[in-house]
Amino acid sequence: MAQIIDIVLLVFLCTVAVATVRMRDLFGIAMLFGIFSLLSASVFVVLDAGDVAMTEAAVGAGLTTILMLSTLAATGSRAHPRAVRWKLPLFVVTVTGAALVYATTDMPRFGDPNAPVQTHPVAKHYIETSQEETGIPNMVTPLLASYRGFDTLGETAVVFTAGIGVLALIGRRRKKDGTPVDENHGEDIRAEHHAVVRVVGKILIPAILLYACYIQAHGDFGPGGGFQAGVVFASGLMLYLLLFGVAAAARVAPFAVLERLIALGLLLYGGIGVLNMMLGGNFLDYRTLAENAKDGLHYGIILIELGVGITVAAVVTTLVFAFADHLQRGPVHRQD
Amino acid sequence: MEFFGLFNYWVFIFLMMAGFYLLLSARNLVKKIVGLNLFQTSVFVFYVSAGKVTGGTVPIQQEGITSYSNPLPHVLILTAIVVGVASTALGLSLILKIKDTYGTMEEDEIDSLDVAT
Repeated sequence: MAQIIDIVLLVFLCTVAVATVRMRDLFGIAMLFGIFSLLSASVFVVLDAGDVAMTEAAVGAGLTTILMLSTLAATGSRAHPRAVRWKLPLFVVTVTGAALVYATTDMPRFGDPNAPVQTHPVAKHYIETSQEETGIPNMVTPLLASYRGFDTLGETAVVFTAGIGVLALIGRRRKKDGTPVDENHGEDIRAEHHAVVRVVGKILIPAILLYACYIQAHGDFGPGGGFQAGVVFASGLMLYLLLFGVAAAARVAPFAVLERLIALGLLLYGGIGVLNMMLGGNFLDYRTLAENAKDGLHYGIILIELGVGITVAAVVTTLVFAFADHLQRGPVHRQD
Repeated sequence: MEFFGLFNYWVFIFLMMAGFYLLLSARNLVKKIVGLNLFQTSVFVFYVSAGKVTGGTVPIQQEGITSYSNPLPHVLILTAIVVGVASTALGLSLILKIKDTYGTMEEDEIDSLDVAT
């Protein structure tokens, strides 16, 4: 049964990919990519990756699509029709693809329990020993926050940096008291005349935000954690922005607060690491946080996940707000 | 069964190459970003599929279950997705800046404007 679902989903994915390549209209391309992401989230479910599916559904089908659409709203959605260069790209792609397909003949078969990736001592340790060491049922959570804590710290820092980068590129220059320097040229974007969408959205938004808090807190026991909760929370705020406009959304999540939260999450993460060192352990060795090593590990993981959640939610919300604000501000005159 | 064992990987390679083709052939910068994202998402699916065990289940400890899929690829890809959207946003905001400055987001037009100045 799983095989049939798998094949159907893969056929859908291929169809959408081909349609994306052939499509001229950029609006259509953005929507097709959203569908592609949602389908791949379904594939993740078939592949037993609940946490990944949750993130991909919120990010790919929700946030990336909205970011692309707001870019297109500012730039125009029609690619210039002209002779497409296809010979060289097609050649390169065919050769690369053929080389990769040739390489797969040496790979272990799909789902093989004896594949090196499954029999490697590290995999065995993560699946079998982690239960005794941490006592957390969801193996993904201690792996993300504890065993690979350095990696996750790096990833959080990348998200932080990307957020700063976007603000530097399209954010507004602000005075010290937080009021923007530039004037608005455009109208506020909001779905004023879509009564049904607004009412349904109003009912949905609290549920989305509550759900985000739930998966943040419940990450130890079920699919969830900081990254997932962060993107789900941000998509709730994004829905609010789409329905009620930039000005209303900025009252709910003021820029000054978001800006500080971006840094606060990462500081919390790094701060726990420094605290561990001050308590006599290694950097990010949570066992020093409590008398009992296991309790310390739990506290550490909860706090780290909270740090990740705060930074991710704040960065992704800031991204959406910055794009919407750029759109609302209208065409910017070159400042030389 | 032998065929099905590799079929998944071939589909993922096809999807990756579709994204790669779009990246190479498109002149429009937004199209290139979509191509990059297509490529990226296909790599994610490929990566996670390497951790799948036939008969295994979601890696959450439960009574009476002995076979779990490998959680390591899940962790790596989970963080990569969020980093992916952040870097996509950075790319898109660069496009917005390019559009503001050059008035176009077609690669060849930008090149010819650069040559002209």
